[in-house]
Amino acid sequence: MTDETNADPTAQGRAPGVSRGQRSGFLVYLTGLGFAIVLTLASFWAAGTDTVWQPAVPVLLAALAIAQMGVHVVFFFHLSTGPEQTNNFLALAFGVFVVGLVVFGSMLIMANLNANMPPMTMDQLMKMQR
Amino acid sequence: MFGKLTWAAVPLDQPIPLVAGCVAFGIVGGIAVYVVLKGWAPYLWREWITSVDHKRLGIMYALLAMVMLVRGFIDALMMRSQQAIAAGGSQGYLPPEHYDQIFSAHGTIMIFFVGMPFVIGLMNFVVPLQLGVRDVAFPVLNSVSFWLTASGALLVNVSLFVGEFAHTGWLVYPPLSEIAYSPGVGVDYYLWALQISGAGSLMTGINFTTTILKLRAPGMGYSRMPIFCWTALSSNLLIVAAFPILTATFAMLLLDRYLGFHFFTNDGGGNPMMYVNLIWAWGHPEVYILVLPAFGVFSEVIATFSGKPLFGYRSMAAATLGICMLSFMVWLHHFFTMGAGADVNAFFGVMTMIIAVPTGVKVFNWLFTLYGGRVRFNTPLLWALGFMCTFVIGGMTGVLLAIPPADFVLHNSLFLVAHFHNVIIGGVLFGAFAGYMYWFPKAFGFTLHEGLGKATFWCWLVGFYLAFMPLYALGLMGATRRMQHYAETEWRPLMLVAMAGALVILAGIALLVLQLFVSIRNRARLRDATGDPWNGRTLEWSIASPPPPWNFAVLPQVQGVDAYWNMKQAGRQAARQLPFETIHLPRNSAVGVAIAFFTSIGGFALVWHIWWLAIIGFVGLLVAALSHGWIIDREEEIPPERLAALERERST
Amino acid sequence: MSLAENVRAPGNEGEVPFSQRGPAPIEVVASFGFWLFLLSDVVMFSGLFAAYAVLADRTAGGPDGLQLFDRSYVLLETACLLFSSFTCGLCALAIERRSAAATYFWALITFLLGAAFLGLELKEFLRMIGEGAAPTRSAFLSAFFTLVGTHGLHVTLGLVWLMAMMAQVATLGFLPIVVRRLFCFTLFWHALDIVWIGVFTIVYLGARW
Repeated sequence: MTDETNADPTAQGRAPGVSRGQRSGFLVYLTGLGFAIVLTLASFWAAGTDTVWQPAVPVLLAALAIAQMGVHVVFFFHLSTGPEQTNNFLALAFGVFVVGLVVFGSMLIMANLNANMPPMTMDQLMKMQR
Repeated sequence: MFGKLTWAAVPLDQPIPLVAGCVAFGIVGGIAVYVVLKGWAPYLWREWITSVDHKRLGIMYALLAMVMLVRGFIDALMMRSQQAIAAGGSQGYLPPEHYDQIFSAHGTIMIFFVGMPFVIGLMNFVVPLQLGVRDVAFPVLNSVSFWLTASGALLVNVSLFVGEFAHTGWLVYPPLSEIAYSPGVGVDYYLWALQISGAGSLMTGINFTTTILKLRAPGMGYSRMPIFCWTALSSNLLIVAAFPILTATFAMLLLDRYLGFHFFTNDGGGNPMMYVNLIWAWGHPEVYILVLPAFGVFSEVIATFSGKPLFGYRSMAAATLGICMLSFMVWLHHFFTMGAGADVNAFFGVMTMIIAVPTGVKVFNWLFTLYGGRVRFNTPLLWALGFMCTFVIGGMTGVLLAIPPADFVLHNSLFLVAHFHNVIIGGVLFGAFAGYMYWFPKAFGFTLHEGLGKATFWCWLVGFYLAFMPLYALGLMGATRRMQHYAETEWRPLMLVAMAGALVILAGIALLVLQLFVSIRNRARLRDATGDPWNGRTLEWSIASPPPPWNFAVLPQVQGVDAYWNMKQAGRQAARQLPFETIHLPRNSAVGVAIAFFTSIGGFALVWHIWWLAIIGFVGLLVAALSHGWIIDREEEIPPERLAALERERST
Repeated sequence: MSLAENVRAPGNEGEVPFSQRGPAPIEVVASFGFWLFLLSDVVMFSGLFAAYAVLADRTAGGPDGLQLFDRSYVLLETACLLFSSFTCGLCALAIERRSAAATYFWALITFLLGAAFLGLELKEFLRMIGEGAAPTRSAFLSAFFTLVGTHGLHVTLGLVWLMAMMAQVATLGFLPIVVRRLFCFTLFWHALDIVWIGVFTIVYLGARW
């Protein structure tokens, strides 16, 4: 249990989500909202438009989504890469790493499995044995 | 009114669970009655049940683990004896539908209710002491974690005499675990018990990661933490990252079973292979969650009993973090045979072999620590030496299994069973026992009986090899796992050797229990007066045994690795004359046991489809959690006089 | 609570690294712990996302996303949640300056926008079920309802938590422990919007075939 009265307020870095004061805080939130609105509208536009080469649309959507998540993280969570935010940033990086592995790893693995092991009858399954 | 629950749920027609249930009920009930009659109930409530002290919780976790070890081991004895008998035409004494539940319960209990609690218990007790602080980041949450684990254990044990357990193996693969093929309550007991205890484990992961990253004594930068804390950090990071996958996967299976969804069903477009994929994405990190703290224990034990600093501190920390990252990149090796194809199998096979490298680095560091040291062969070190031989063999068979073509022959054979018992017993369990014997004097103020400790070690070591080496041979001969009977009578001699091994382990467990009783009886003679019975190196040995509730009267100023060793070398007295200040300790809280009470009721109700009772459980849980929010007097003050009095008492 | 930019501890010649300054204050500990919880929750969602991605085309002869989803409706839901995240930020500023009135006001707006989001989502679910696209129809629909429904459940729990927090402000005032919990709530609320970005991109906008 920490003894709050003696704790160095700068120890172990800054808490996530702490803003930098009132006036600048409001502007930061407003800017974040602005970027997020633009990115959201861009996503919805990109999904329905014909002006973008169709196979590129998923990539574009992904980029816009990642950008908007970044906007939230920077403008709403006030996360930075400064020395007092190292733990917060590394934790986020580890989380992103795991999420990437789980989602993309699963998609790859399942695509391979579905290709090699499609739904089949028992007859077909037994014929696979050589 | 009572959902699916009827009197038929009590297994009056099956002697074994009936007797087991009566015995268990009798023992637990008897202890409860004895405690109340002796007037110990208020003491237990005040000092243990509502405690938020990491030391008390650690002890309770370890106690839970040891009790469940006995239950899980009885399952093992039953399996071994059945397989020793049921060769050729013989059917043994356990019918298949019972045998299925036994191997499922054995695995579930050993992983979730022995391995996890033991490892978490050790981390609970030791980490704040080694970090030089007074408690973990969230003491009340810690209590909730423990009680949720206990609630899960309770549900699994209740399934023994009300209803049944899963027949599916310890990971309840669909489609067998779907409602169409497992219409009974067994899989539901499993799922709810593990969702509940999984929530507790996740809270522990958050608690300890925060503690290790944010609460350390002044001067203790990351490169001055004991290696046990590095392994605890990695293990808890893995808990935070992996357990949510378990939660999501079990939730999907529960939705299939309760609401007719089609995630993993054969019909409706479901994909059972997805379950196997997701569950092992959790399952592989899980085994590293178990083994990394055991590695940490061995690092501490080997350094202490060699009288030398641990060799290669930085490479140890780096190897630990490397294992942490890599453990997320190998999980497909659990289902090479499911058919993903050669490319995918090859990638994961190579990654699995790579993950053996940092572990090898650790083994060499331990060897180099021992080399040139003044080695004292106390029992904790014996466990460490036993581990190094045994775990390396198990690890090598793992690398062998990592080769997909080999795995195609050996998957789900007894070779696999031998491999994972080799690494879990040789790694996790030996580590748990080493930690238990090493830190016991710190927890209770007296050492364990050394002779009996050595005896239990030798029984476990010899018993392990007798029980599992034959299984490697059997696996290569074609024996599969989970066999209720087998036709090949030529396998029987090896099964008998394995049975003998199990009996030797039984002797080891008996000696372990005996050691505890004898040590308690002789505690005056075995007393540890200095707080440092092993000439230790890390901060937990600088305080009294058992430590005061506040651990450190004044937080130590740390200047290097092996902080306490440095203090001893410099002739420094651990801050006993410094002026003491008032400190604050968290008060006890009943919210943990209250929450667990309602999750137990709710879990049982959900298993049996007693919806009104489930709602009561949920509402109770909500009320307990919310009312905790209005308790604002959470700390008690410890005045400096009390701190000074204890320090005076210690120096006399 | 803003922390000083200058990290030099008084009386020290060299800079003491953050990691050696002893235990962190309780605000940092609580927020970081909650941050870890949020990351674990995101991993849980990733399991559901993975299931959705794998099962998205397993419609078992039933309706698929292209037939069922209404993009402009989803844009409206997204707007509600995004603006509620913004007003939550304004609520955080109000908490920082300990203004109870402003805190209640912005919390109320956040609550209403969140409730609007939930209402719209519930309406969409009921419409789909009415059209025969229930979660029991196919694996795709099971995955859809679970992923989007779990997010909605989190929003619901968030609204319950918000009400409890306003009750705490009303009865206990801005005690340090109440303020810590309020900041944790704001972190939670922003995280839900981040997850929603993933949901609307992958589920709704991704259903193009």
